[in-house]
Amino acid sequence: MQIYLPIAEVSVNAFLLLGLGGIVGILSGMFGVGGGFLMTPLLFFIGIPPAVAVATEANQIVASSFSGVLAHFKRKTVDLKMGTVLLVGGLVGSALGILLFNYLRALGQVDLLVKLCYVVFLGIIGGLMFIESLNAIRKSKKPGAKVTRRRHNWVHNLPLKMKFRVSGLYISVIPPLVVGVLVGVLAAIMGVGGGFIMVPAMIYLLGMPTKVVVGTSLFQIIFVTAFTTMLHATTNYTVDVVLAVLLLVGGVVGAQIGTRIGVKLKAEQLRILLAILVLAVCGKLAFDLLVQPSELYSLGMDGHA
Amino acid sequence: MIRLIVLLMVLAIPAKAETIVLGLSHDRVSITATFEGSEILIFGAVKRDAPMPDTGDLGVIITVAGPAVPVTVRRKDRRLGIWVNTDNVEVSAAPTFYAVATSSPMNEILRDVEDLRYRVTIPRAIRSVGALVSDSETFTEALIRIRADQDLYQILEEAVDVEQDTLFRTSIALPANLTEGDYVARILLTRDGRVIDEYTANIPVYKVGLERWLFNLAHENAFLYGLMSLSIAIAAGWLASAAFSLLRR
Repeated sequence: MQIYLPIAEVSVNAFLLLGLGGIVGILSGMFGVGGGFLMTPLLFFIGIPPAVAVATEANQIVASSFSGVLAHFKRKTVDLKMGTVLLVGGLVGSALGILLFNYLRALGQVDLLVKLCYVVFLGIIGGLMFIESLNAIRKSKKPGAKVTRRRHNWVHNLPLKMKFRVSGLYISVIPPLVVGVLVGVLAAIMGVGGGFIMVPAMIYLLGMPTKVVVGTSLFQIIFVTAFTTMLHATTNYTVDVVLAVLLLVGGVVGAQIGTRIGVKLKAEQLRILLAILVLAVCGKLAFDLLVQPSELYSLGMDGHA
Repeated sequence: MIRLIVLLMVLAIPAKAETIVLGLSHDRVSITATFEGSEILIFGAVKRDAPMPDTGDLGVIITVAGPAVPVTVRRKDRRLGIWVNTDNVEVSAAPTFYAVATSSPMNEILRDVEDLRYRVTIPRAIRSVGALVSDSETFTEALIRIRADQDLYQILEEAVDVEQDTLFRTSIALPANLTEGDYVARILLTRDGRVIDEYTANIPVYKVGLERWLFNLAHENAFLYGLMSLSIAIAAGWLASAAFSLLRR
C-alpha cells in the first residue's frame, strides 16, 4: 500500500516503512541501542530526502528513548544530575548543529556532511567494538584474566568539581558538558540520539558505573532529540509526522521481539554482531562516497536538500 | 463554464478557420494519503467554420506542465578521493512536471521557430539563464535525464490519437511523486508545422484532507506542529512501555 508523505512529498510503500521500523526495532531491542544510526541511512537508501530523514528520525528517537527511560526510572538507574549537565551541553550542541546543518544545506553540501559523519563515527565505533569484543571472546577462553581497574586520568584534575551521588563521582562538570555538546551536534546533523557515542564516553572518559549509563544517556537523549525535532520543525519544516508514526509502530513491535532474542545470546556475541552491522552500514556509505556514482548530477529545490 | 469560454473564444476569433474544443477527464487532481498517481484523459475536437483546407498535414500537440520553479543542478567531482558536489547551475525556472504528447513525430508537425515561440519541447520549456559554468547545457540535460527517470518528464510521440482529422484524445499519467500547484494542459493545433490554434486549461493539483492539514500546519504553525509530533512520540513511547510491562506480568 503506497502512502504519500505530506512533508517528504514522496510516495512510499507503507509496509516497507513498517518493516524497516520493525527490523531496526528488533536490532535496537537486541543490542540496547537507539537504532537511529541504522534507520537514517536506510531512509536515505529508500529515497527519503536526507533533510526529512534526519529531522523525522530525531522525532522517532524521542519515542523509543522515552519508552526506554521509563523502565530505567523504575529501576532507579538514572543519574538526573549528570543527565542535566549532559543535557545543558546537549542543547547548546544541538543548536550549533542545526546552524551548521542549515549553512551547509544552503551550500548544497549537507548530504556530504551527513554521510561523512556517518562513515567516520560508524567506522571508529564499529572498529573499536569489533576489536574489543574479539579480545573479550579470546580472554573468556583463557580464564583468569582480570578486569582493569578504573584509572585516575586527566579528567579528574579539571576545575568546577561537582558531586554526582547516583554515579558515585566527584568530578569537574567540563567533561560531561563537552560530551553533551558533541552529542548534541551529532544528533542535529546525523539524526541520531548519539547513545552509541555517549555510552562509551560516559564509561571510559567520565568513569560512570555501567548500570546508570544507559538510563542516564536515554534521559539526556529524549530532551536533546526533542529540542532538535523542534528546531528542524520550526526552521526547515522537515519533520514528517506520517513517516514518524509508521516507523514508530514498526519500531515498537520490533523492539519487543528483539529484547527476547537478545536474552538468548551471549554479551560478546551480541557485541560482535552489532560491530559487524555498524561496519556494514559504514562500508556501504563509504563505498558510495568513494566509487564514481552512476549519476553525477543531482537536483536541489527549496525544501528539499 | 469551460464550454462557455470555448464558445466565447470561438466567437471572438472568427478569423481562424480551425479551433479547438476541449474536454478533460479530471478538472482537478487531489493528492490524498493513498495517492498513487493519476491518469488524465485529454480529449477534444477541431471545430471548423469552413471546409478543411487541403494544404499540409494536421498535427495535435498536447502538453501538461506543472508549476515552474527554480532548480539547482549540482555536479559531483572527485576531491581528495571522495565524490563531492562542486559545480552547480541555477536553472531559473523548470516545470516540476512536463509531458508532451504528439499525434506524429515532433519534427514533422512542429517547426523549430514555432517550438521556440511556444516552448513546446522539454529543453525549450526549461528556462536557464546566467549560468556561470561553461558547459551549462550538460546540466540542463542532466536535469531532463533525472526528471525523465522519475517519469516527471515524458515525451510521448505519436501518443495522440486523431480520428478523421477532427477528434483527438490522449491520456497522460501523472506519477505519485507530484509537486502540488496549478498544472496547465495546453493543446496546440498545427498545420504544415505552424501553430494555427492554442488552447489552455488549468488542472489544479493539490493535497487534500489530512495531507493538506498536516502540510499547512507544518508550514504555518511550525511550533504547534513540532509539539504535536513530540506528543505523538511521547504517547507512543509511553504506550510501548505500558504494553511491555503488561506483557511481562
